[in-house]
Amino acid sequence: MPADRLLPTTEAEDLLALTRELAREELAPLAAEYEEAERFPREQFRLLGKSGLLGLPYPERWGGGDVPYEVYLQVLEEIASAWMSVGVGLSVHTMSCFALAHHGTEAQRERWLPAMLGGDLLGAYALSESHAGSDAAALSTRARREGDAYLVTGAKAWITHGGQADFYTTMVRTSDDGGTGISCLLVDRDTPGLSAAPPERKMGLTASTTTQLLFDNARVDADRLLGEEGAGLRIALESLNSGRLGIAACSVGLAQAALDEAVAYAKQRTQFGSPIIEFQGVEFLLADMAAAVESARATYLEAARRRDRGLPFQRQASIAKLVATDAAMKVTTDAVQVLGGAGYTRDFPVERYMREAKVPQIFEGTNQIQRLVIARALRTA
Amino acid sequence: MTNIVVLVKQVPDTYSERKLSESDHTLDRESADAVIDEINERSVEEALKIKEAGEGEVTVLCVGPDRATDAIRKALSMGADKAIHVSDESLHGSDMLATAKVLAAAIGKVEGVDLVIAGNEASDGRGGAVPAMLAELLGLPQLTHVRQLTVEGGSVKADRETEEGITHLEANLPAIVSVTEKINEPRYPSFKGIMAAKKKPVETLTVADLGVDSGEVGLGNAWSTVLEASPKPPRTAGERVEDDGDGGTKVAEYLVAQKLI
Repeated sequence: MPADRLLPTTEAEDLLALTRELAREELAPLAAEYEEAERFPREQFRLLGKSGLLGLPYPERWGGGDVPYEVYLQVLEEIASAWMSVGVGLSVHTMSCFALAHHGTEAQRERWLPAMLGGDLLGAYALSESHAGSDAAALSTRARREGDAYLVTGAKAWITHGGQADFYTTMVRTSDDGGTGISCLLVDRDTPGLSAAPPERKMGLTASTTTQLLFDNARVDADRLLGEEGAGLRIALESLNSGRLGIAACSVGLAQAALDEAVAYAKQRTQFGSPIIEFQGVEFLLADMAAAVESARATYLEAARRRDRGLPFQRQASIAKLVATDAAMKVTTDAVQVLGGAGYTRDFPVERYMREAKVPQIFEGTNQIQRLVIARALRTA
Repeated sequence: MTNIVVLVKQVPDTYSERKLSESDHTLDRESADAVIDEINERSVEEALKIKEAGEGEVTVLCVGPDRATDAIRKALSMGADKAIHVSDESLHGSDMLATAKVLAAAIGKVEGVDLVIAGNEASDGRGGAVPAMLAELLGLPQLTHVRQLTVEGGSVKADRETEEGITHLEANLPAIVSVTEKINEPRYPSFKGIMAAKKKPVETLTVADLGVDSGEVGLGNAWSTVLEASPKPPRTAGERVEDDGDGGTKVAEYLVAQKLI
């Protein structure tokens, strides 16, 4: 059953209708095959780009769609519902444009942003390192200024679209001043000295390539510095506030897909002479799953509406990410339970959904970090 | 410059369950999601291709209730230039002939039409006769069941494909064309197209605006009446054949018994 949405305008309704059509016709039929083959869906991102979906929440003057987060996130949810790897990829791409759109100079934005939002290019966001995950301020990839360029050396970790992306919004260390010694560089894929390590062998999201990103004296022009030197960590965390909403929306999409699959199965699977959906043990499980999906959706939409009105939304974004990703883990696990033995096989998609639901509890700030953000807001209120 | 009118119909989504209303056996529009008929997306695509190859204007023409504006917007977001929406409660339950009369009158409102492109049949009624009726009413050549179309100067060339084979047709413009599913793969709208569609003109007309007599349209004036309707019976379980090395023989025996081979 498609999600019942309240959308602010007719254009938003048409955009969601287009998204559902693309998801149904172009994404859903390929998801299982590509995930199995660990094949990156580059052409599908191009199609989304051609349809104008790779720059939705950014201003029209740079080729964006100028849509509010309330609408963009529901587009994301529909895409993730058809194919989580593509939803997460779209969210990461959108986040990777944030630093330039919000902290670039006018000249920088005019030079790079239209192509980044235009649909042909795909972005990546490089903050984590193997020893700097939750403690992002500990990152050590070093950028040394030499003339009109930075020479970058080090290794970034867990990079979604590593080796596939056209640009990398990369946090590097420009001084030893801890969190204030970090700067943000917009790194082109063809930068000499930049390479991607072989893809990680992951539990889920196997069509989405995740690699280390290796910088070996990579020469990045100094005019690719976004914001001031030392502002990198602040920019990175600000990007993540919005990015977390994207992950919350993707997780709701994934949970909705699992719920739909479980309901469809429970209607046609017969035991003791009745469809199993007529047994209270099963229907209450499904009811709880629906309640989890819809409350998680309401939670991310509340945060999005605050963001759209220019109100603080950091706490709400962390709550949305925590609630939605935990909901997706529970709902996908319960979907496997509803399908029973069938759900545990790769002939049905729910075991994949369950594997895919795990990493949203980990990336873009672990759910423990989300609790830290929420608790800090309570303490200082 | 080719001035093209594309006929667009809003139909119940073939992905949803489609029903007739119990009271008058007309389509129960509330029971299913309403979408632009897929064959009409192909009609629009063909018109856009002709326009993009040279110069032209594409007008969408739709007869349907108020909510058919959704189907019209889809065609406009794909790239059509403007639209005419004939919406009138008296049209409820109109048969193909009445529909064709209304369409013919509405086409008359568009100045200098060169080409009318329709789908060969709608996925709900599946009558497939409206394009031919239109040609008759307007006194124009009809090229139906077209799988390939070329416009050159003042004429149109088409490959017509039916069960009998392929016929190569040529006619002078203006002409009526109906297309089959083989004609093209329709484009998706883009978000830019969706935003642009908002600003495109849509003229809404009633039966009276078109000068059509309301005594010629609607359920009460239809030439045929649906007396009874019942849902298709559910598919039966079928016969299961276990293959013990003689599966092929058993299948052949079954087909012979059914007089299929």
